[in-house]
Amino acid sequence: MSNVRIAGFGEALEDHGVSWARTDIEGFRSTLVDALVNPAVGVPLGYEGVSLDDAPVTVDPTPAELRAATTGVTPARLGVATYGSFLIDSDAKGSEPVSLYPERHVAVVRESDLVADLPAALDELGDAYAENPASAVFATGPSATGDMGALVEGVHGPKHVHAVVLENR
Amino acid sequence: MSVDEPTDKAAHIRHLLATEREAVRENTSHFNRERYRASTEYEGYEELRGRAREIKEDAIERLPELIETVRESVEANGGTVYVADDAADANRYVEEVVRDDGDTVVKSKSMTTEEIDLNEALEAAGVDVYETDLGEFVVQVADEAPSHLVGPSLHRSSDDIAELFNDRFDPEEPLETAQELTEFARDYLGDRIVEADVGVTGANFVLAESGTITLVTNEGNGRKVAATPDTHVAVAGIEKLLPSIEELKPFTELIARAATGQDVPQYLSMLTPPSDSPSLDFDDPTTPLSKQGSEDREFHLVLLDNGRTEMREDPQLRETLYCIRCGACANSCANFQQVGGHAFGGETYTGGIATGWEAGVEGLDTAAEFNDLCTGCSRCVNACPVEIDIPWINTVVRDRVNRGADEGQFDHLVEGLTPDEEPGGMDLGKRFFGNFETAAKLGSATAPLSNWLANAGPVRAGMERVLGIDGRRDLPQFERETFRDWFEKRGGAAASTKRARETRAAGGSLVPRDEATREAIVYPDLYTNYVRPGRGRAAVRVLEALGVHVEVPDVPSSGRAPLSQGMVATADAKASRVFGALAEHLDAGRDVVVVEPSDLAMFRREYEKFLPDASHQRLSENSYEAVEYVFGLLENGGDADVLTGPDADDPGVAYHSHCQQRTLGAAAHTQAVLDRLGYDVVLSEAECCGMAGSFGYKRDYYELSMAVGEDLATEFGGVHGNRRVVASGTSCLDQLDDLLDRKPAHPVELLDPART
Ligand code: SF4
Repeated sequence: MSNVRIAGFGEALEDHGVSWARTDIEGFRSTLVDALVNPAVGVPLGYEGVSLDDAPVTVDPTPAELRAATTGVTPARLGVATYGSFLIDSDAKGSEPVSLYPERHVAVVRESDLVADLPAALDELGDAYAENPASAVFATGPSATGDMGALVEGVHGPKHVHAVVLENR
Repeated sequence: MSVDEPTDKAAHIRHLLATEREAVRENTSHFNRERYRASTEYEGYEELRGRAREIKEDAIERLPELIETVRESVEANGGTVYVADDAADANRYVEEVVRDDGDTVVKSKSMTTEEIDLNEALEAAGVDVYETDLGEFVVQVADEAPSHLVGPSLHRSSDDIAELFNDRFDPEEPLETAQELTEFARDYLGDRIVEADVGVTGANFVLAESGTITLVTNEGNGRKVAATPDTHVAVAGIEKLLPSIEELKPFTELIARAATGQDVPQYLSMLTPPSDSPSLDFDDPTTPLSKQGSEDREFHLVLLDNGRTEMREDPQLRETLYCIRCGACANSCANFQQVGGHAFGGETYTGGIATGWEAGVEGLDTAAEFNDLCTGCSRCVNACPVEIDIPWINTVVRDRVNRGADEGQFDHLVEGLTPDEEPGGMDLGKRFFGNFETAAKLGSATAPLSNWLANAGPVRAGMERVLGIDGRRDLPQFERETFRDWFEKRGGAAASTKRARETRAAGGSLVPRDEATREAIVYPDLYTNYVRPGRGRAAVRVLEALGVHVEVPDVPSSGRAPLSQGMVATADAKASRVFGALAEHLDAGRDVVVVEPSDLAMFRREYEKFLPDASHQRLSENSYEAVEYVFGLLENGGDADVLTGPDADDPGVAYHSHCQQRTLGAAAHTQAVLDRLGYDVVLSEAECCGMAGSFGYKRDYYELSMAVGEDLATEFGGVHGNRRVVASGTSCLDQLDDLLDRKPAHPVELLDPART
């Protein structure tokens, strides 16, 4: 993964109001903890070498815990460099509600999962659909509305989005 | 929104101008500006539009097959597909699904469910329905129809909404700001979502091969509504089907840019339900998400026909089905910007394309109520991400409405003015304006008497009453000496050849003296010939100064006037006659120079519908807007010094190009030529001047027309208040005449070597 793409991704994240930090496996725990506003819930990341277990995150929460949480931590299947978007799966672990209900979403994305643009991401998704069509969402920045007469962030979805970009080894 | 009497119509418009104009104008022009920015910044935007268009054409062609494909894929995924013939059928099905699962429904934004009045049907069956999109929630609370495809409540300001909510919900602390209103709505609706038994969404696209529903939202309510209750019902028109995710690609790049100027929506959901996402029982404090399971999830896709199959078989309305409901046609519409969808809309749909939708799903009567608000300015044509010819759809529907009308008692007044193929009974004002050529000929032949007569009190009163011509407008003044008369009197083509030759001899032309000459005809359009011959005379002198031989032959009027009134057959016949009269000139290698931009637009755009392809191509490729032609001459070595530049103390120029001219991409040339000659030019931003041919003369629309014009007048006032005002179109000149103290001119008059 080129640094250009990471730089582009970072810029796009900032353009869409998303804060971010880059880290490697060693630095992951402390980078993550810095990004949390408690109480935090999360779903297992499924990435080798890192986990949420030793961070103050309730992994696999109950629905009641989910509703009470301020931060939700999920993996992102893909990151889209041009727009700073994440592809979040609607999986059985609950990535969709965990990324959606809390006021703050922390998305963990691996550098190797960054793709150049949305058509490229749709290509990847399309290949997966050929096997097994599933549900997912491209999420870009905080939820927003102009319906009340001025732009307001944080409507039905998160008000703050933070990205943790995990370097390849 | 039933408005029967013309006077009711004027009153309704006046009411909206007073109440909703400000918010509508602010929001739509904001979206419009952002669309311009986003589409120019994106490289390859135009190619994407072409690609999107192709995909839609193909998908609608293959629609029956795609319906079968999606049925198979959704059922293979574990969901159900129901194809509903009409609104009642769809509502009945959804009601049954809801009754099986409970009695509370939360919805995300869906125009299709508005179309079928699903909320009313469910409520009548005792179901509680909550709109969760904040804009939809506002109109639900206010018990109003959405005023815009994308921003249902954009006609309301924060203050308005605060008053509404405070009144309705009586919160402990009165709500004031957009922030407070949003938080209140979010909390209120958040509780409703968590309790709901069924979630109803629309779909922006449905991918047949995988059974995937694509939802485009910014608030996140679409996600919550789909993911929270176990039962998800998606209601989509059959036209939303695309073959597969591959065909979705151009749309994901286009839709948000066209709608709001965003590069991408906050949320682009790709749902292939029933999903694996766990069921959410929020009161459950013990079972973790991964153990909640998703076995109880249910999915129903309701595909709505409701007239769409018939639209597909209707060669004129079919294009409507390509619409992705981005609202760009509304945002780019000068009339819409003033009154919004509560005037410019039908039962459900709003903006230019609403005419097609309402004619297709509701019927002609509904479309007829607001169809006249499309002036054919064509500013939406380039805005539409799927290249729909929206003005054409409006024209066709107008024609059908005309044909459906009954004969009335004043028909004899305009009978002699109307060609046989147009129906008696059609609106008299429309017949009058549609046959303006006859009036112009008569008026010019008898000028100035005709001008005095027409402006005499009793005549004006009659015109207002019978023809609907607003008494507050100055009528066009006919000139006794027409443009063609003038040209013939000064010696016709022979004299022009001589003049052009002299210019060449003096070295002032682009064509070297010993080479072949360039010949052009200046098209004597209706207005240039009878009403504003001065701009024709200036055009002739400018061309001659650049060494071009000019002829002004007798060519019939273009058919723009009848077309604008929906008289398609008359316009079609005119096109044939015009081509007949020009063919010889084209064959002789003469260029066709057109002063009136709306007529150039006929030749280039609308004649495509009327002439054989080869004829249309020949005419359109060899026709030029007057100053566009000058631009070409100068680019090819013409000597700009023979034209008149700015005066020593020139106040600068404020230029309003014509709406249709801009759509053709023939406006920048005027600016370039003026720049080159050293004029200091500012351009207007207003999409249209508001006059739009006959529109501004009509009693029903006078105030709206003036409201549109006010935007232009504001631009040309203030710091630009001293500048010379120039405009290319007749209507624009008339309108600016009414709006400003300064007398506007056509740009070619500025360049005229004879200008003093
Ligand atoms: S007609 Fe075109 S511009 Fe208008 S809403 Fe439909 S897609 Fe958008």
